[in-house]
Amino acid sequence: MDRSVRIWNKADECQSREQILALQLNRLQQTLNLVANKVPCYQAKFKESGFKPQDLQRLEDLHHLPFTTKEDLRLNYPYGMFAVPMRDVVRIHSSSGTTGKPTVVGYTKEDITTWTELVARFMTAAGVTEEDIVHIAFGYGLFTGAFGLHYGSEAIGASVIPISGGNTDKQLMIMQDYRSSALVCTPSYGLTLADRMEKQGIDPASLALRVGLFGAEPWSEQMRVELEQRLGIMATDNYGLSEIMGPGVAGECRFKSGMHLAEDHFYAEIIDPDTGEVLPAGAVGELVLTSLTKQAFPMIRYRTRDISRLTYETCECGRTLARMEKTRGRTDDMLIIKGVNVFPTQIEEVLFQIEGCEPHYQLIVDRINNMDSLEVQVEVNERIFFDEMKQQRQFVVEAEKRLATVLGVSAKIKLVEPSTIQRHEGKAVRVIDRRQQ
Amino acid sequence: MKVEQISIFIENKSGRLAEVCGILGQAGVNIRALSLADTSDFGILRLIVKDSEKALKVLREHNFTVSKTEVIGVEVPDSPGGLSTILQILDRNNVNVEYMYAFVERSGDNAVIIFRFDDVDEAITALSKNGVNILKSEMITSI
Repeated sequence: MDRSVRIWNKADECQSREQILALQLNRLQQTLNLVANKVPCYQAKFKESGFKPQDLQRLEDLHHLPFTTKEDLRLNYPYGMFAVPMRDVVRIHSSSGTTGKPTVVGYTKEDITTWTELVARFMTAAGVTEEDIVHIAFGYGLFTGAFGLHYGSEAIGASVIPISGGNTDKQLMIMQDYRSSALVCTPSYGLTLADRMEKQGIDPASLALRVGLFGAEPWSEQMRVELEQRLGIMATDNYGLSEIMGPGVAGECRFKSGMHLAEDHFYAEIIDPDTGEVLPAGAVGELVLTSLTKQAFPMIRYRTRDISRLTYETCECGRTLARMEKTRGRTDDMLIIKGVNVFPTQIEEVLFQIEGCEPHYQLIVDRINNMDSLEVQVEVNERIFFDEMKQQRQFVVEAEKRLATVLGVSAKIKLVEPSTIQRHEGKAVRVIDRRQQ
Repeated sequence: MKVEQISIFIENKSGRLAEVCGILGQAGVNIRALSLADTSDFGILRLIVKDSEKALKVLREHNFTVSKTEVIGVEVPDSPGGLSTILQILDRNNVNVEYMYAFVERSGDNAVIIFRFDDVDEAITALSKNGVNILKSEMITSI
């Protein structure tokens, strides 16, 4: 094994398959007992399915229980899903709540310890050490991203710069002066930083930056290449969602061949999003997660809406935990346009292949005269702006042609001025579907 | 010989042109010539201004996408056939006009036309050889 491979918790991250399965079964039984005693929403689910915690003999038996969805969390807003009294809760976080009420999650002291451990694992896997200066450009607040990475960095012993989101010029000044070596932000903000650096004539080689830990939105392999080239870093992906814990559910090691999923703390299933059927190992489908050690906010079969794939071979780095492929998009984002399944990430890849096009885009889906229409709004930057109308039109025509080839449906490209596409807490709003309105 | 022109991407919606002009006005940048090419969705606004660096800077600060292009300003006799003569010279020398627009003010008795060519240097040579007066940058911005 390469000597430069560091593993935060070798005993847990490299255990044998049998050990993992035994541990999962044991912890799952405990979790089911906990929720059956404490959480009315789950008590109803046990009753409805006729399944009892003691009926769980094998991990697969879990499929007898119904899924938990975002709707369950809304119905139990704000604290209905908590399994411990509030005096044991030390932290509240909340999802962005782009539509309707946000969802509220809680942590006990021990939950925070687990969270810290799991973030330290993936940050170590990405190559962060106590020598690093970690620049955290996620917004600090109700959003889990910043705090998760903050705790993980401190556990590793790295130096944290809790700069939070926004104020790009200041971010760059601090990055230069404080010698930030690890960057934590959304991939789209990573590109915003790269753009601004270019505009200001900052050579990425003059910075101390060497690794990026990007999360909180799906991003393509092309985007990875662009982030790596333009920021002069190794770009890694990590995965998490506040309903489950926040960042730390899974993360890439430096081999970048799938995100190591913390199976000792979460049980993962892949299902067919339409039928709910559990799919065999290696199939692509919606990720469903069950927490195995959480105290304040246990989740049973939570539908993440993220489309991915799990594989179970041991990684080159030596970790044995399941690997989760980069998310391909969300089932909520999956658009059916003229009967064809379209993911925003596909469109992102096409935009990337066109020289210089960064992913500030938005999809507007509409129904005009009973026909679905797809419009892709792309923010114009100086690399795709031409003084001559002929060239500018050519760019649009070329992009439309490529989109039609890749998607199988036609799309209209509309060029818009910079900063006109709405952003929400640093996350780009990718899709506006006007058909349901 | 060459004149710096700035181009601005604007969406085809009301008030955008006014906003660009407002930003330049506040920065004290005087617009000398202007042309707008547009489609149903967007337009490209081209301007000749006295201080193009300043114009670029303030427009970028207001999040506009801008670029610089080299064009030339040509004196055209203000009489029937004046422009035709010039276009014929260009045609004979295989220089293509990408676009052109008229300058607001006159230079003496002549009109001034701004040209964007596919090959600017070739155009300058051809026109000069045929006695057409190409205006210097300072002259254009000070007309």
